[in-house]
Amino acid sequence: MLEIKNLHARIGEKEILRGVNLTVPDGEIHAIMGPNGAGKSTLSYVLSGRDGYEVTEGEVIYNGQNILDLPPEDRAAAGIFLAFQYPVELPGVGNANFLRTALNAVRRKRGQEELDAVAFLKLARAAVKSLHMKEDFLKRNVNVGFSGGEKKRNEMLQMALLKPGLAILDETDSGLDIDALKIVAEGVNALRAPDFSALVITHYQRLLDHIVPDVVHVLAAGRIVRSGPKELALELEARGYAGLEAA
Amino acid sequence: MTALPTKKLEAWRYTDLRPLSGISFVAPPVGAAPALPDLGLPRLVFLNGVFNAALSSPFAFARGFAPVAEDSALPLAQINAEQAHDGATLHVPAGVDAGTVLLISHATGDVPFAFHLRHRITLGEGARLTVLEIAKGEGIYWHNPVTDITLAANAALTHIRVQEESRAAYSLATIRASVAASASYEHFTATIGGQLSRTEIHAALTGPGALAHLNAAQLLNGTQHGDFTTVVAHKAPGCASRQTVKSVLADTARGVFQGRIEVARGAQQTDGFQLSQALLLSPGAEMDTKPELEIFADDVKCSHGATVGALDEEQLFYLRSRGIPEAQARAMLIRAFLEAALEPVTQKEARTLLEAAINNWWVQP
Repeated sequence: MLEIKNLHARIGEKEILRGVNLTVPDGEIHAIMGPNGAGKSTLSYVLSGRDGYEVTEGEVIYNGQNILDLPPEDRAAAGIFLAFQYPVELPGVGNANFLRTALNAVRRKRGQEELDAVAFLKLARAAVKSLHMKEDFLKRNVNVGFSGGEKKRNEMLQMALLKPGLAILDETDSGLDIDALKIVAEGVNALRAPDFSALVITHYQRLLDHIVPDVVHVLAAGRIVRSGPKELALELEARGYAGLEAA
Repeated sequence: MTALPTKKLEAWRYTDLRPLSGISFVAPPVGAAPALPDLGLPRLVFLNGVFNAALSSPFAFARGFAPVAEDSALPLAQINAEQAHDGATLHVPAGVDAGTVLLISHATGDVPFAFHLRHRITLGEGARLTVLEIAKGEGIYWHNPVTDITLAANAALTHIRVQEESRAAYSLATIRASVAASASYEHFTATIGGQLSRTEIHAALTGPGALAHLNAAQLLNGTQHGDFTTVVAHKAPGCASRQTVKSVLADTARGVFQGRIEVARGAQQTDGFQLSQALLLSPGAEMDTKPELEIFADDVKCSHGATVGALDEEQLFYLRSRGIPEAQARAMLIRAFLEAALEPVTQKEARTLLEAAINNWWVQP
């Protein structure tokens, strides 16, 4: 379970998150919607431990542990996975090597046995196939020369292999065509389980047609200003975000 | 002894040999037998600059050493000529593939000493050879080797050097290669050791279709100074040359790349390219890059590029967010940075040796 309590965070002098309260119980998928500049990406970076964001107040408890003092790699091992809005290109790093290094680092910290090259490749090939990706995906450099859709699929491949307990999707739908959107949705839906939860951060409602959330939250000006059932997303789509900040 | 070059010479602008002139080097003591890597390859071992038959293994294409006679405009080569009395002489006859040979130099002594090896590599028409050179040592010494290479038409020499000299050593290597028509000289140097080091290569492409790749990776930290200087002379039409130099510099280390491409009148359809990229891991590190193109033909393709940068914070975060610990993530990105220079090194043993040397570099203090 993820519990965010009165979370304040800033970049430099600029306060972006101004007291976020949010609880995501195990097994649930929550969507966070909101206008540009509301703090959606900041929230995902603060949760995953990126440098440059200063938490001034509040706490984030994941499965009983305050994660704010943990470096990003330990949060990943604890089960938190951030699907990037703009996945980073890594020239000179082969995808298979990257995936295996990540998987084994996480397995090591989780007290599981590391996978040898053969066992890893078997697992990775199966995951590639189930995401309808080409076999050569594993041989290419990480995200280098990938189309927008391929990059997002690669995020889903990493997620499938790392098996997180909490997935944070940071506007993963931005710039995706409908087929790629479905792949992302399938990636998340395939992980649905009583011990898996997800925070789906999105500007638009359309991703939520494919990943149906249990709860929709509206983030505006650094606070959660409304929460409701999945129909809230439709209402936002129809009426826009105007007026919500005052709510 | 011929005087050492000074910074007044354009070719020595970035590398100051004054620390060297302040040391009185003695003749090398008798070398102690070190632990040598067993790569299952024929090898020629030099201890403190003297051939050691007991540690070496037979190589059918090695010959005896002949005295040096030369009048060189290169001060270090001239000093070498005055002092050298040993070195490897390899001769591969036309049409023969001689496989791979290891050339090992190991140096160790209690007082500063100098040694000047003179290697000669000659390949007949269509002959092939891979020379894998390893230089290691302990203590203060000056290693001043000269390697003269002559490649006949269609010959192919792959020359890979792993410079892991003592951290207190001065290592100044001069390599001169003459490459005939359709022959190729594939060179790679990994500069890891040495307090002050330089690899200076002069490659002359003398026949149509000749090729020279002069690549390097410099991994330097502390107060190390590493210099990779190349001069490629395109003397015939249709020749190609490439230099890819990658420098990873930590602490207050300094890297230098000077790359000169000379295209003679009549050397049309020359294809020359050089790239110098440096990764500075700390604010005190420095990279000096000096490309020089001297072109006297009108139908040529010559270009150069240089970049200097730090590790990308976004890439680092991406790796860490996938569970990869920070130190390992940094190592992965540094290794990735080197990839383009290492890529042409395909020989199995050389690759293994290089990967090991690079991996060891990360764990150095």
